Amino acid sequence: MTEPTHDPAEELQAPDEPSEPRWRETLSALLKNRLAAAGMIVLALLILSAVFADLVAPYAYTDGDIVRRLEPPGRDHWFGTDELGRDVLSRVIFGARVSLQVGAVAVGISLMVGTLIGLISGYRGGWIDAVLMRTMDVLFSFPVVLLAIAIVAVLTPSLRNTMIAIGVVFTPIFARVVRGSVLSVREEVYVRASRSLGASDWRIISRHVLPNVAAPVIVQTSLSLAFAILTEAALSYLGIGVQPPRPAWGLMLLDAQGFIPTGAWWMSLFPGLAIFLTVMALNLVGDGLRDALDPKQRSIIQSRGVT
Amino acid sequence: MGRYVLRRTAQAAVALLGVSIVVFALIHLVPGDPVRTALGTRFDQELYETLIARAGLDQPLLLQYWNWLTSALTGDLGVSFRTGQPVTGALLQRLPATMLLAFAALLVGLLIALPAGIVSAVKQGRPVDYAASSFSQIGVSVPDFWFGLLLILVFARSLGWLPPSGYVSPLEDPVEAIRRLILPATTAGVVTGAILTRFVRSSVLEAMGAEHVRLARAKGMPERYILRHHVLRNAWIPVVTITGLQLATLLGGIVVVEVVFAWPGIGRLALDAVVRRDYPVLQGAVLLIATGFLLINLLVDLLYARLDPRITTS
Amino acid sequence: MSGAPEPTPEHDDSTDAEVVLSVRDLEVSFGTKRGRAEVVRGLDYDLHRGETLAIVGESGSGKSVSTLALTKLIPIPPGRVTGTAHLGDTDLISLSEAELVHVRGQRIGFVFQDPMTSLNPVHTIGRQLTEGMRHHLGLSEAAARDRAVELLAKVGIPSPEDRLGDYPHQFSGGMRQRVVIAIGLSCDPEVLIADEATTALDVTTQAQIIDLIAELQADLGMAVVWITHDLGVVAGIADRVLVMYAGEVVEQADAPELFSRPRHPYTVGLLASLPVLGDTERGDLAAIPGLPPPPTSLPPGCGFYPRCSFRSDERCATERPPLREVVAGHLVRSFYEVPEEQSRRASAATRIAIEPPDVRDEGVA
Repeated sequence: MTEPTHDPAEELQAPDEPSEPRWRETLSALLKNRLAAAGMIVLALLILSAVFADLVAPYAYTDGDIVRRLEPPGRDHWFGTDELGRDVLSRVIFGARVSLQVGAVAVGISLMVGTLIGLISGYRGGWIDAVLMRTMDVLFSFPVVLLAIAIVAVLTPSLRNTMIAIGVVFTPIFARVVRGSVLSVREEVYVRASRSLGASDWRIISRHVLPNVAAPVIVQTSLSLAFAILTEAALSYLGIGVQPPRPAWGLMLLDAQGFIPTGAWWMSLFPGLAIFLTVMALNLVGDGLRDALDPKQRSIIQSRGVT
Repeated sequence: MGRYVLRRTAQAAVALLGVSIVVFALIHLVPGDPVRTALGTRFDQELYETLIARAGLDQPLLLQYWNWLTSALTGDLGVSFRTGQPVTGALLQRLPATMLLAFAALLVGLLIALPAGIVSAVKQGRPVDYAASSFSQIGVSVPDFWFGLLLILVFARSLGWLPPSGYVSPLEDPVEAIRRLILPATTAGVVTGAILTRFVRSSVLEAMGAEHVRLARAKGMPERYILRHHVLRNAWIPVVTITGLQLATLLGGIVVVEVVFAWPGIGRLALDAVVRRDYPVLQGAVLLIATGFLLINLLVDLLYARLDPRITTS
Repeated sequence: MSGAPEPTPEHDDSTDAEVVLSVRDLEVSFGTKRGRAEVVRGLDYDLHRGETLAIVGESGSGKSVSTLALTKLIPIPPGRVTGTAHLGDTDLISLSEAELVHVRGQRIGFVFQDPMTSLNPVHTIGRQLTEGMRHHLGLSEAAARDRAVELLAKVGIPSPEDRLGDYPHQFSGGMRQRVVIAIGLSCDPEVLIADEATTALDVTTQAQIIDLIAELQADLGMAVVWITHDLGVVAGIADRVLVMYAGEVVEQADAPELFSRPRHPYTVGLLASLPVLGDTERGDLAAIPGLPPPPTSLPPGCGFYPRCSFRSDERCATERPPLREVVAGHLVRSFYEVPEEQSRRASAATRIAIEPPDVRDEGVA
């Protein structure tokens, strides 16, 4: 034998091509995360109870039997009754509607407006970018709750205005996240190639930029929903969010505080627990999404407590 | 370094200007007549005209803004629509209570987060780490006002150990002042602590994984020395930054805790102003808090630059 | 620089130069989710005073881990180290952490790959130089600083007294690596291990660092272990070469012998793929196709079999070849040897490589 006889390149396999579409991969990674999965179950239950509240809740949220006021949790009233004899459990269930509604609409507003701003700012650059980002900076200069209070003050407290206020306050975060993503993609070779071939801006944005932006936006949405619900509850507790007689968890806590001296602990415990579980579920799902989609995105995405 | 300071300060100044515009605009975005709305049933024509004149609302917009801004810079934030008293005075009177609560809460938060974060990083993957992470996750999701109510239920009502609300100045009665500070500071502090724990942990973890730690170990330095001089020494800079930012955030969200415990701070003043439509007071409070927020952020950035030799000496 | 220092006298296993480090049956494995990863599978070698040993291999071959494991610089659960490693009279593998702290830095020094991250950015380099000396040698701050200045001068840093108070970011990459070398030598170790010490540097600086370490070795007499994936780096300076693949030594010989007559298919492949300036003898570069096997699922027979283009023995696929001494001092882990013609053709590269290119004479980086 004088020459090598064997070419190993024939036998060696190419590394596996990704066989599944990316979203399915993400979903399975997400579900493997037990905490996130638990969060998703809680959220599903919550949404179902909110949507089918009329069926699920044992009583109507306005039905108050004065005779049975301030009753501790028992057989007829699992969560007890409040000062007007209303069933706390039912009010908590109906309260889910309000919270989810406010959360969804508010975050929806900030998502749409913020994404638009972020896209324009990141893609166009130049003075538009400077102006838009300085404006976002100014909004960022206000602590979240304070700004929401100020906006509600101007518009007068109501359900609708709470949604608007929270929507405005959360817009800069989405703008920043989207802009960051756009910037990172804009200089990619394939985008510049596309541009040099004369593709219209819109086409470039929809085919190249948006898919890249989708991941951080999804994560941010989940985390912002959590914070939005917390903020709505805080505003309602302060009396300047959702107004009675609508059942809102924050409002229920406001009422509950007055009855602490009488020992009606159940009025404080259950609505707050509902807020807590909802927010926690959303946070867990958000974290899970972030880990499943791309751990490297950590730096741009912001959740509660980081301004 | 000088250039950085200049640039960053200029940025803050621009943002502050923007803030002033937004705050100024608040009163003008109110649908209808703000003064009339504020007076409500106490409406009196003479009072109405006085207030309008004092607030400068009868003048052209730009002139109004200019006057308002220049007055603000000299400390005049107008008068309350409710009491007729100067806003600045009311704010200054309430400021100490808020500052006391904010710093106490931050202290509680650090006392929780520093040990929890460091230990969970050093013992990563072990039960302590999971406990700290769970605590952190829970703390981030808990509504602070609910937590406060629960604390009141347990410690004030059931056990009767601590008062449920109220404020006493530490200058008058230090012991009682502290008794009254415990519950509110714990409420705000535990939540802050939960948030900070995550950052401390990740800061320390990052510092631990650094290549220079590997070399220090290869040099034969003992583990404890490495932890102190090559891990924590590097980790504390981002921790200081985040703590500063947390203080800023605390100032903003403290209004809720002040309400829970009837704490006479600026946050509660702002809320009362909202309810009573007392716009000048609201404006003053928002301006003050937002300015504080911006200033703290600026100071934190400058401090960071000072602490990190890479920025100082380049 | 006129070339490598005098090579140590020609030796075989019964050498007259003192053995500084003697490694036998070194095995390192890690517990992973996918099973036990055998990263080093039975390593034997002797390191002599003043000798330069090169451990060459791809990433994943176990070359770095084999030296880190000597002083347990790898995480011990999940890692596990067995075998013996006698540094003088002491078996390193049997030492406790408290005892190892005294070996690290003091008897075995390290130089790592990336000078940009090896130094702590918030401490002055003076501090990073003196802390080891103060800890191991008990020097006072003043004595340590004096010695630090000497060391910096020795590694070629200009105005060393002024630079003690500087921070790492005030130095270029090449200078930082010199500082790291100075740190490695600060306690007069018996062995200096250079783990990919030039990989992150540009070609000019690489040459300067290689020369620097050779000079220091001639001056101080310590043994040097060069770990690298690039045969070109060690072609001019190694006394003895160990080629590793998939955790095992596949060939081991004195440098001149290995470079002129490689006998293992892997070594032949490595030499054939060396790009060399001025190469007109060989045709296209022949990279070895494929990747090394994952340490959690190693092939039953020869580790290199899946990528081997020779496969001259039926036993290759199923039996693990033993390490055989085919010529005095030259060991090969294979059932056969690469025929002379291919061997000579592949090694043509090194004949060219041993001529130092002029690029080395440009200024200090």
